[in-house]
Amino acid sequence: MTQPIRVLLAKVGLDGHDRGVRVVARALRDAGMDVIYSGLHRTPEEVVDAAVQEDVDILGVSLLSGVQMTVFPKIFKLLDQKGVDDLIVVAGGVMPDEDVVELKKMGVREVLLQDVPPKTIVETLTRLVDERGAR
Amino acid sequence: MKRFVPSSELVVRASRGEIPAISRLITRAEMGLDECRPALAEIYRKAGKAHVIGITGVPGSGKSTLVANLAAQLRRRNKKVAIIAVDPSSPYSGGSILGDRIRMTELASDPGVYIRSMATRGAVGGMARSTLDAVDILDVGGFDTIIIETVGVGQDEVEIAKASHTTVVVSAPGLGDEIQAIKAGMLEIADIHVVSKCDRSDSNKLVVDLKQMLTLGLASKDPKDWLPTVIGVSSYNGTGIDELATEIERHRAASLATGRAHQRELAIASFRLEKTAETLLIERFLKTLEPLRPALASTLCKRERDPYSAANELVSNALPQSIDQTEQAARAWTRRR
Ligand SMILES: Nc1nc2c(ncn2[C@@H]2O[C@H](COP(=O)(O)OP(=O)(O)OP(=O)(O)O)[C@@H](O)[C@H]2O)c(=O)[nH]1
Ligand SMILES: [Mg+2]
Repeated sequence: MTQPIRVLLAKVGLDGHDRGVRVVARALRDAGMDVIYSGLHRTPEEVVDAAVQEDVDILGVSLLSGVQMTVFPKIFKLLDQKGVDDLIVVAGGVMPDEDVVELKKMGVREVLLQDVPPKTIVETLTRLVDERGAR
Repeated sequence: MKRFVPSSELVVRASRGEIPAISRLITRAEMGLDECRPALAEIYRKAGKAHVIGITGVPGSGKSTLVANLAAQLRRRNKKVAIIAVDPSSPYSGGSILGDRIRMTELASDPGVYIRSMATRGAVGGMARSTLDAVDILDVGGFDTIIIETVGVGQDEVEIAKASHTTVVVSAPGLGDEIQAIKAGMLEIADIHVVSKCDRSDSNKLVVDLKQMLTLGLASKDPKDWLPTVIGVSSYNGTGIDELATEIERHRAASLATGRAHQRELAIASFRLEKTAETLLIERFLKTLEPLRPALASTLCKRERDPYSAANELVSNALPQSIDQTEQAARAWTRRR
């Protein structure tokens, strides 16, 4: 029995928009994935705890409020403290190109900006899990 | 979790209460790989201490919000609480949106609470195939109270009662035809009835109706039996949450004192055996069926064969012995005992 890909979608920071995340959640479900949505305004600690408890393949963090350069370092630090090294972290939302470069250096595997169509998101996540292999 | 930790190693770490190991073991149980069978066998032998509470009710009745409030209450009573929230998979894509966790955000960052979402993945009965493996893993991981939330709409979803020590059925006002939902097999399975959303004015009628239905059923009850109660709760203003926690503990204590707990453990073990055998049989059967399916479907479609004889032949091929031989073997085995 193959497991569906498990994804946690998290909103971190102050912005109160989650329409985009909800659309992505439905697209992923329709592609056969199991999707957990964290809700708005989560802290990095809460997000990492949820990702570990749910043992998701992919943690997708969406932010529109420009806090990416403080949030992602915290997330990676917490994952490291917990000894988690096989979680695929992706970012979504809106951010400048230079941040995208920095985030990728930090370990964010893909940055899916707001205009990326759901189909591409599905393909990207599927590829990342394929590349990771069994766990 | 680090990559490729063997399941046997995960058992050691999970027994120490390490959350990443507990989580990964649950994932392995869901995957059902042979690699984790010995580990799960060890887990099963070590488990059996936790109090398992089943919470079920129709969609939208307020189960997840209630579970969050109840868990917070149990935390104040120094329990370590794990929650397994089961949601149905989409029959179309096989995927799911697991929406229970979002109702439990106030429990976040409490190390004494663990929340795991699970999809049914086509399993009938409201639970996922590996829900009970997850219960055992969390039990061995040190959680003394384990809450399973399932969606229940009636007859087909009452398996939760065969998997939990205390079953709570949640009904809510305003969802239309509440009593009908309760009648459809849900009345019998409840050790405790909860009427949720008691901050609404229409909840009182539901409480009265439910109590009346339970009184009607009283005549057939042994006075020594547990008598289900009805508790009105509101997750919005906290009404009844403390009372519910106390009632759950009272049910547990009464079950242990009267020996009903042991009867229930036996029933749970027996049910578990049946479900596991069912899964094995179906897997084996599907393996035999898959390569033959297109050709057989085509002969059926042309009405050259009938479904019964074709399926019967497949079943006989999938099983090592014919049904007759199996029955004989079962009789011989029973005699020997
Ligand atoms: N008025 C009122 N509404 C409530 C209460 N508890 C939950 N709700 C609302 O009822 C709706 C469903 O709540 P959930 O806790 O998700 O219900 P559920 O039974 O877990 O739902 P499913 O898991 O989808 O079957 C939400 O809109 C809640 O805000 C309550 O105590 N009072
Ligand atoms: Mg729910």
